[in-house]
Amino acid sequence: MPQLIRKGIRIDESFAEAFPMTGSGVIVTAPTRKWALQAATTMTGYATSVIGCDCEAGIDCELPARETPDGRPGVRVLLFGFSPKSVEKALVNRIGQCVLTCPGSAVFSAFDGEAKIKVGDSMRQFGDKWQISKAIDGRRYWRVPVMDGEFLAESAVGLTKKSVGGGNLLIMGEDWASTMRATEAAVEAVHETPDAIAPFPGGVVRSGSKVGSKYKGMGASTNDAYCPTLRGATNSALDADIGCVLEIVIDGLTSEAVSAAMRAGLKAIIALGPKQGAKRVGAGNYGGKLGPFHYHLKDLV
Amino acid sequence: MKPLLFTLKAEPDQRLDLSPLTPDRLVGRSAKEIESLSIGTTREAVTVGDLFKVKLGDVTSVRFDGGSDRFDLLGAKLLPGFAIHVEGDVGAQLGRAAKGGTITVAGDAGPYAASQSAGANIDIYGDAGDFLGAPLAGEIPGMSGGRVIVRGSVGARAGDRLRRGIIIVEGDAGEDLGSRAIAGTIIVLGTAAGERIGYLNKRASIVLSEQRELGPTYVDCGAHSLGFAKLFAKSLAPESRGAARLLSGRLQRFAGDTAVFGKGEVLVPA
Repeated sequence: MPQLIRKGIRIDESFAEAFPMTGSGVIVTAPTRKWALQAATTMTGYATSVIGCDCEAGIDCELPARETPDGRPGVRVLLFGFSPKSVEKALVNRIGQCVLTCPGSAVFSAFDGEAKIKVGDSMRQFGDKWQISKAIDGRRYWRVPVMDGEFLAESAVGLTKKSVGGGNLLIMGEDWASTMRATEAAVEAVHETPDAIAPFPGGVVRSGSKVGSKYKGMGASTNDAYCPTLRGATNSALDADIGCVLEIVIDGLTSEAVSAAMRAGLKAIIALGPKQGAKRVGAGNYGGKLGPFHYHLKDLV
Repeated sequence: MKPLLFTLKAEPDQRLDLSPLTPDRLVGRSAKEIESLSIGTTREAVTVGDLFKVKLGDVTSVRFDGGSDRFDLLGAKLLPGFAIHVEGDVGAQLGRAAKGGTITVAGDAGPYAASQSAGANIDIYGDAGDFLGAPLAGEIPGMSGGRVIVRGSVGARAGDRLRRGIIIVEGDAGEDLGSRAIAGTIIVLGTAAGERIGYLNKRASIVLSEQRELGPTYVDCGAHSLGFAKLFAKSLAPESRGAARLLSGRLQRFAGDTAVFGKGEVLVPA
C-alpha cells in the first residue's frame, strides 16, 4: 500500500468509508458533576454499534454549570441510529430507564435539528396526571414529580438526518502498550472535537470486522487481514513490525465533525511519535462502494 | 433608521381606538393616508391628522411621543417582528390579542392591558390598571402567551383566566391576583393585597416575594429547590433581576386551588 511518512509514522494512502445516520442529542444535568456523569454514562451503555445495539451513543463533552440551560453541571450526549424512528425509540427508552431514574437529573435538547423527537412528551405520563408543563422562551418543559423532587424534561429534542457514522482510524503499533498509548491520545483528541463521539468501550474497538464469514448466516466476522497472530497464515495487511491493531470508530452530527475528529486523532498519534506510540495508521473501508462519505487520510494529515 | 413617529399635538377630547396604528397595518402607507385614518369612538369624527403630527420612518417600529389615558387598544393584534414604543400613558386594552412583537410604555396603562395577548412582549414602566392580561366579559381564556412586565403596581385581578405566558409585577398587586388562572406563571415582587390569591387557580404558578396567609384551599407541600424555577431565573435575568433572584432561591410550594384541580401552586421564598 502506498504510504506517507509523518514524523516516522507511516500513514496509509487509504480512506475511511462512512454512512449517513440519523443523530440526536441531549444535555443531561444534575446537582453535581458526579451525578450528571452517572446519568450520561448509564444512558450511553450498551450502545457501541447498531449491528447489535438499538443505537450508537456516547458522551460528546462535559458542560460547566454556566453553559447548561438550568445552571447545573451537565453532560452533552449524542445518539445515532439508522432511521429517525429507531433513534426516537432508543432515546425515549434510554431516557426513561436511565435518566428519569437517575437522582437529581434533568434533560434538555442539545441542538434544534430539522425535526423533533418527543422526549418530555413521552415521559410526562409517568407523572400520573400530577405533571405540569411550563413554556419558557418558546420551549416547553415537563415537570414530573419524583421521589427526590421534580424531573424536568424538555418536551422535544432535536434530530438531524445529516449525521455520519463510521469514520475510523486503524492504529498499528509494535505491542499492546505502545499501540494503546497512541490510541488513548487519539481518543482524547476525538473527545475534544465538538459534535463527534467514539461509541466503543473507552472509544476503542479491538475486534474490527470484515464483511462476510465462512459460517452460513453470519454477516460479519473478524478482520483476519489485521489480526497480528494470523500475520503469516492469511493474506495479511500487516508489516513485520506490527504486533497490535486498535480501531477508533467515530460518529458525528455532521460530515465536518467526523473529518475534524479524524484529523485531531491523527495529529495526536503523530505528535506522540513512533517510539512511544504507533508505527502506522490506516483506515477501514469496503472498497468505496457502500458508503457515500470517504475520508482520505492523506487529506487529514 | 428612525421609527415611524406620532407626536401628540393636544390631549384628545374623546377616547381613541388606536388599533389601526400598529406598524404591521401601516406598512406601505404614505403620511397623508395615515393622517386620514379615523381613530374616534364617538359621533364626532377624529382622524390621526387631527391629533398627531406624523413623520414616516422604519416600517417595523412605531413611536408615540406623548400619551394619554384615552389611548385605547394601542398595539391590538400586533404581529411578531414589529415594535411600538409610547413615551407617555396609555388607556384600556393595551396590546389586546397581540400575536407577537414588542410594546413598551414609559408611563401607566389602563385596565385590561395585555388582554388575551397571545405572544407579545409588553413592558409597562408605570402602573397598570385592573384585569391585567384578563379576558373581556364573555370570553373564556385570558392571556395565552408572551411576557408582560409591569415595573410599577397593578390593579385587581391581574392574570385573571391566564392561559399561558408569564406576568411579572415588580410593584404591588391588587386583590384577587391570578383569579381563575388556567395555567401560566405570575410573579409579584411587591405585596399582593386581599385574602384570595389564586382563587380557583387550576394549573398556574403564582410566585410571591413574601410568606403570607393563603386560603384553606391551598395545601403546604414543603420547601424545594425547583429546576424549572432556575430555568425561569436564567431566562428572566436580563429583564427583571428581582424576579430572577426570587426564582433562584428555595421555594415553599403550596398546591392549589384544591377547590378546583389543585394542580396549580403558590410559591413563596422558604
